[in-house]
Amino acid sequence: MGALDPLFLARLQFAFTVGFHIVFPAFSIGLAAFLAVLEGLWLKTGRQVYLDLFRYWLRAFSIVFGMGVVSGLVMSYEFGTNWAQFSQKAGPILGPLLGYEVMTAFFLEAGFLGIMLFGMNKVGRKLHFFATCVVSLGTLISMSWILSSNSWMQTPQGYAIEPGTGRFIPADWWAIVFNPSFPFRLVHMALAAFLCVAFVVGGVGAWHLLRARRAGRAPTEAVKVMFSMAMWMAAIVAPLQILAGDTQGLNTLKYQPAKIAAMEGDWDSQSRAPELLFGIPDMEHETTHYKVEIPLLGSLILTHSLDGKVPGLKDYPKDQRAPSYVVFFTFRIMVALGVLMAVLGVYSLWLRWRKRLCSDVLLQRFALVMAPAGFIAMLCGWVTTEVGRQPFTVYGLLRTADSASPVAAGSIASTLVVFVIVYFIVFASGISILLRGFAQEPHVGEVGPDAHDPQRAASMQAAVSNTAAAGETGKES
Amino acid sequence: MDMTGAAYWLPIVWAVLAALAIFIYIVLDGFDLGLGILFLAERDKTYRNVMVQTIAPVWDGNETWMIFGGAALYGVFPNAYATILPALYLPILIMLFALIMRGVAFEFRSRMHTQQMRDLWDVGFCGGSLVAAVMQGIILGTLVSGIHVENNAFVGSGFDWLAPFPLFCGLAVACGYTLLGATWLVWRTENTLQDTMRKWSGILSIAMLVMIAGVSLWTPALHAAYMQNWTEWPRILFVAPVPVAVIALALLMFVALRRKVSRRIPFFCALGWFFLSFSGLGISIWPYIVPPGMTIWDASAPPASQAFLLVGAAVLIPLILSYTAFAYHVFRGTVNEHSESYH
Repeated sequence: MGALDPLFLARLQFAFTVGFHIVFPAFSIGLAAFLAVLEGLWLKTGRQVYLDLFRYWLRAFSIVFGMGVVSGLVMSYEFGTNWAQFSQKAGPILGPLLGYEVMTAFFLEAGFLGIMLFGMNKVGRKLHFFATCVVSLGTLISMSWILSSNSWMQTPQGYAIEPGTGRFIPADWWAIVFNPSFPFRLVHMALAAFLCVAFVVGGVGAWHLLRARRAGRAPTEAVKVMFSMAMWMAAIVAPLQILAGDTQGLNTLKYQPAKIAAMEGDWDSQSRAPELLFGIPDMEHETTHYKVEIPLLGSLILTHSLDGKVPGLKDYPKDQRAPSYVVFFTFRIMVALGVLMAVLGVYSLWLRWRKRLCSDVLLQRFALVMAPAGFIAMLCGWVTTEVGRQPFTVYGLLRTADSASPVAAGSIASTLVVFVIVYFIVFASGISILLRGFAQEPHVGEVGPDAHDPQRAASMQAAVSNTAAAGETGKES
Repeated sequence: MDMTGAAYWLPIVWAVLAALAIFIYIVLDGFDLGLGILFLAERDKTYRNVMVQTIAPVWDGNETWMIFGGAALYGVFPNAYATILPALYLPILIMLFALIMRGVAFEFRSRMHTQQMRDLWDVGFCGGSLVAAVMQGIILGTLVSGIHVENNAFVGSGFDWLAPFPLFCGLAVACGYTLLGATWLVWRTENTLQDTMRKWSGILSIAMLVMIAGVSLWTPALHAAYMQNWTEWPRILFVAPVPVAVIALALLMFVALRRKVSRRIPFFCALGWFFLSFSGLGISIWPYIVPPGMTIWDASAPPASQAFLLVGAAVLIPLILSYTAFAYHVFRGTVNEHSESYH
């Protein structure tokens, strides 16, 4: 496979754009839910701090959502530009699922986003809260459809293959949507999205706690509240995610054992298998070099029994093996980060019990370093499951090599270069705007998504004081 | 072909729905892109903010129709999806890059701390809008010119779109979108900005009429079948009144602009031109989805797929249109430099 092989370039381009894209929906899913919770708490308790935090995070949301829309737009066309044969064959199944995603989720999110971002003074609090909840619901519905499609590619069922054309014809939509790996993948991804945002919020909170300490002042209430909320999420969701990951592993063992073998770098199927902590899988010589292993643990993790039998890559023909040298590492990075997240969560629980949650410097530094951990773990997880599906697009049925488009390598290579340039400009600008926003401490009387526009500072000020006054009257004090 | 079976009717229903979705996209995103094209023509920074403010709460939704178009084509006419996209690989990707640039420029410009950076993103917003509009026209023009298909797969060259007719269509669509943008601003703004936009609307209307005439004379010359479609009974019944309607709208447009009697009429006149041109195009290429060889039936997914999505579309599209209308209603009214600002 040369560097200018059109198939390789098409895969590289798709992987790059989808990897870039997934960060934003995951961020939106978690952040929309967080915003709905904050606004709900504000309406319930009338505490100004929740409104301040809501507005503070809403500013980030408008950026994140916009980047999700534009990078997602690319995806809905790239199936055709890069994977024409795949689209033709699997389009009758996956196209309607994508259509439902747009109709039930994207429009819902985009339709209510304007009200959520800019409509607080126009529609009143209740309707505004409704809009926030609808946007959050939209992100969750969207995730469900896209994970159903993705899961169908991993564990296809409910189809018939049309003689002559080789197209997948839908036979049972219920079976297609609720294919065997869908529920597990959905839970795993939802928790991942929540963790992504929890750790970003925790990191931002930790940063401001550390800064307050350095400046020798007490941290503000808003900072303490968001740090505490993030640490609850870490303590509860990170351990749940480990359980969810475990069940997905069992599901993969049942339906895609060859993927498990590649992830584990195991060549021979065996009982009482060890777990490799490290190694370098070598596809050509069918072995894994420099192994560091823990006896029996492999069988225990994968089968929940010490003498359970785990698969090996040699059970499968050479042309059906996923590249172990990729998934072996991405899987381990994901697991390691997951464990670290849970450790942080448990440590925060102990400190909370000791009443030192917001004063422990070690926890704050740990949380700051872990801010991007959710995203890195999620990307590693996706690489594991998608590369692990190779060499197929529809597992066991349609090969990636038979999925491509009749597009010249030169066209793909040149657009790939442009993608890389454009995405890095966009990504760098977006991140710098977000980070600059996060560097500001949330303060009392926080304003909405347009605070940094000097042109309208004056008119905003009036609007803000009105709303702040409204917030005050809502307070019981 | 069995003319009573679902395999016959579903593709027709979906072709009409797809045309409707594309038209809704033009209605909603046309003015949005046109506003971007006009952006640098307006030198006053305060007015630029006003312009942006008229679309800030709704642009994500407008762009969603484009995503819907891709998804629906994928699910309903997968063979067309798998042919058109590789055939138009470069224009489609350039359009996507342009839409990315303008989308993020829109979000980023107000967050910049220096005027230089803000100006840079303004250029991105304008340039992205212009390139996206031109590419949409080129895509349309290439499709109408015809795509080389053998065995349901694209076999032409990657640069078939670099031809006079598609390029002319690119210019026409960009010009039309700019007109939509200008008339939208006549509707939604006040005073000096509104007056400037009235002037632009007049100039662009004349350009638009020239473009409509150009495309109308050129299209039937492309394929004998198009000529036949326009002149054969009973389709001529639909074709014949079109020039009259275009001229009637032109009169209405110029009267409204000159007398300043209405804010809205120019925008709806411009939409009327789009509607007429778009239906003319539909009449030309029917029943082909990828001219000259692939009909809507050749391109279709099996009835099980089309029916499954149709059930949802029947319920959801009216729902989507109603809450979209609600969002526009919430942010109705004119915007000026003193309005409570959002974006």
